[in-house]
Amino acid sequence: MPRYVMVIDVEKCIGCMACVIACKKENGVADGYFRTRVVEEARGEFPYLRMELRSELCNHCEIAPCIDACPTRASHRAKDGTVQIDHKKCIGCKACILACPYDARYIRPDGTADKCTFCQHRIKEGKKPACVETCLGKSRIFGDLDDPESDVAKLLKRYEAAVRLEWAGTKPRVFYINKKFPGGF
Amino acid sequence: MVWSRRDFLKIAVASTGVGIIGGTQVDKLLGLGRKPEDKPVYVPTVCEMCFWRCGVIAKVVNGKVVKLDGHPEHPQSRGKLCARGHGGIGLLYDPDRLKHPLIRVGERGEGKFKKASWDEAFNYVAEKMLKIKETYGPEAMALFTHGTISTYFVHLLWAYGSPNLGMPSYALCRGARDIAFKLTFGSPVGNPERVDLKNSKVIVLIGFHIGENAHNSMCQEFTEALGNGATVIVVDPRFSTVASKAKYWLPIKPATDLALLLAWINVIINEGLYDKEYVAKYTVGFEKLAEAVKEYTPQWAEKETEIPAGLIIETARIMGKNKPSVVIHPGRHTAWYEDNTQRIRAIAILTALLGAYGRPGGIYLPPKNPLTGYDLSDFCGVPYPEHQKPEINKGPYPFTEEEGVIPEIIKATLTENPYPIKGWLITGTNLIKSTPNQRDTIEAIKKLDLVVTVDMMPFDHVLYADVVLPECTYLERYDDIFEVKERSIGLALRQPVVNPMYDTKPGWWIAKELGIRLGLKDYFPYQDFEDYLKAKCQVLGISFEELKQKGYIEIPDTANPYLDGTSEVKFKTPSGKIELYSKQLEEAGFPPIPQYTKHEEPPQGYFRLLYGRVPVHTFSRTTNNPSLWELMKENAAWVNAKVAKKLGLKNGDYVVLVNQDGVKSNRVKIKVTERIRPDCVYVPHGFGSFSPMLKRAYLNGADDQQLITRYAVDPVSGSVGMRVNFVKIEKA
Repeated sequence: MPRYVMVIDVEKCIGCMACVIACKKENGVADGYFRTRVVEEARGEFPYLRMELRSELCNHCEIAPCIDACPTRASHRAKDGTVQIDHKKCIGCKACILACPYDARYIRPDGTADKCTFCQHRIKEGKKPACVETCLGKSRIFGDLDDPESDVAKLLKRYEAAVRLEWAGTKPRVFYINKKFPGGF
Repeated sequence: MVWSRRDFLKIAVASTGVGIIGGTQVDKLLGLGRKPEDKPVYVPTVCEMCFWRCGVIAKVVNGKVVKLDGHPEHPQSRGKLCARGHGGIGLLYDPDRLKHPLIRVGERGEGKFKKASWDEAFNYVAEKMLKIKETYGPEAMALFTHGTISTYFVHLLWAYGSPNLGMPSYALCRGARDIAFKLTFGSPVGNPERVDLKNSKVIVLIGFHIGENAHNSMCQEFTEALGNGATVIVVDPRFSTVASKAKYWLPIKPATDLALLLAWINVIINEGLYDKEYVAKYTVGFEKLAEAVKEYTPQWAEKETEIPAGLIIETARIMGKNKPSVVIHPGRHTAWYEDNTQRIRAIAILTALLGAYGRPGGIYLPPKNPLTGYDLSDFCGVPYPEHQKPEINKGPYPFTEEEGVIPEIIKATLTENPYPIKGWLITGTNLIKSTPNQRDTIEAIKKLDLVVTVDMMPFDHVLYADVVLPECTYLERYDDIFEVKERSIGLALRQPVVNPMYDTKPGWWIAKELGIRLGLKDYFPYQDFEDYLKAKCQVLGISFEELKQKGYIEIPDTANPYLDGTSEVKFKTPSGKIELYSKQLEEAGFPPIPQYTKHEEPPQGYFRLLYGRVPVHTFSRTTNNPSLWELMKENAAWVNAKVAKKLGLKNGDYVVLVNQDGVKSNRVKIKVTERIRPDCVYVPHGFGSFSPMLKRAYLNGADDQQLITRYAVDPVSGSVGMRVNFVKIEKA
């Protein structure tokens, strides 16, 4: 089983939002919903300021509370190791939405839960996820962490990476490298 | 190269056979006349969500565009698209699009129209235009234009016999920059700008918001440089997105940038940090420059700019140490104050002192261009008539270019001086939202016999039109072949990805049909645009079919990025050298070396109004786009946190901005932030449309341009300064 991860080089994100809309169009995400976002967080007082632009999406956690919470097994770990939803089995109970600490899920208009799939359909064809493909800053990097030759493996070996809400114990597969503030923003 | 009309017709006729095959292939691509199927078809084309014009691969399923991706071969997209590029689908399927020709029935500005056929609409326009020509002369027609459609309508205007053309991209945007670079280096800095960002060690951005203006390849190269460890210096009253990427953020007092630039030049010269060999070999006027900048010490500049002298010196040294791989970005929208050309001249001079022009990591040289002169006017082979009256569009400014100064045309329309302007053609530009002093524009419109707009969306200015001609979107049409001037020259083709929706037509067709009715048939010697494109490809020595299939073809051996240091170089300036001291400016009565002038400051209780871009919108043109509107529905006015506290305003409160002339904005949310100086207010441009036909954009946010009732004019280039307005904040 591959271990697909996304590494986000925070320094290279310029907040252009190309990823946000590329994802919507690639996946036909319904109006009013997004599977990924760019969060802008500024600290300090004029003129001593710093700011982080942080892409957020489903972390495809290794210990995924959304899977555990699902009563119908609609939320499941797919063969490729990603966390997916079987919409035929989903009853829209929202248990996964409550269980996910990352606000990565939503209920789409047909009443079932939905979220980022890591562009599973593209990975199958050997392509990168749409958000990675279009990232103007090459800030989003995707690959199989178990492949030591992959960009993601090399980056995570070289730089200290952070994950969101580490205390939640979910072992996320989306890693953040912030060379300016390696300990976290 | 120029060839006769007969040559062209010969080529056009010879290629008709190919035309039939081509047409069928397009039908196949579009899946026309076939049963729906799910198999996607990929068609290469060119984006027009902004003027960067990236290569696109459109994914079409069952005749519907489902995804747009960056063309991997095109040097401006490199396989990627910005948010606006991806949002092109939103424009195509926007239910508010202009769907058929309209003729006004109410008063101008009321937005009351009746549906018309193309014939009725053309006849209406042609009759009025012919009457204007007969009564006042052809010069009484003016054209305001932006985007690819300009190709056809400038041709039409010149064929009709008027020089009075105004492109917002000149005086309201990059005009001063282009003139300053021409004066200094003999060539403008190009579009895309010839900045060698990916090889830069130091990148200096003066009010230039990479990331917020999301020009595709520029963003890609900028982040590549960041990854390589480039030092970024951002000069901006606002902590912009790119300021957060910078090692040095210099929160400069607005309107004092020239002081900082002159002080940097002062330090670079005083400390001997300039490239002596380069300066000796390629430039003229160094001694006079050194003398002239003596007074502009860092200590002096500190008082003007509020940037500590130590920081001015430190940043100058970083540039000096890393020369020549330094980009001091010349900017794009440089229409700020009265001294725009001189400010950019200082950037050009600094660039030259660092030896960065024509050197790796600086500004690369224009590519060798074997293709000049291949355009519509060459193809028709008929010369344009000479005009009998002086050009109004160039104003009294000696270095203005033919793209013109829009406010000069508006002024002349209002005053009928030096002669009356009686008709306006407005194509591809939201004139109301792009031009300062809206009241003047609207008053001028009242004096006209004819207002025609060609556009895709019912923008604000459409409300004032007598006749509205709906252009199809860039995904539904052919356009003239684009010469892509990046490091190399390439050719890119925009081709229809789907058939035009509704009763909309391509710009080339609208211009041609109108031309025929104006008796200008000889200027449009082709039935279909494919005939023209095929003939043009033949002359260019490439295959039209190959271009259609690939979307982009690079012309080999055209790259010439750097000075090789050995051969004799002649710059296209009068001296053949880089002119640090400009005789051209001196002879025209302007300072040959930039001099600092102070600008008016906001009165008590007022803030300087600054404006800019957001990455998900292009001017006002995308604010109604369903896909992009969803990403950002309205703008917010940035106000410094301490100022907001004093005024008792909280983040997200709605306020009204009132300018120095009492003009009130639409209500707008405020963004309370530390990311801006206390002496200014910043508003992203293009929002607050007052066209009710734009159901999403209507009255969402504030319109910065409405508050820009005043403007300064740069006497050198005619560039219009728009950062000279002041606003106070009132509760909504």
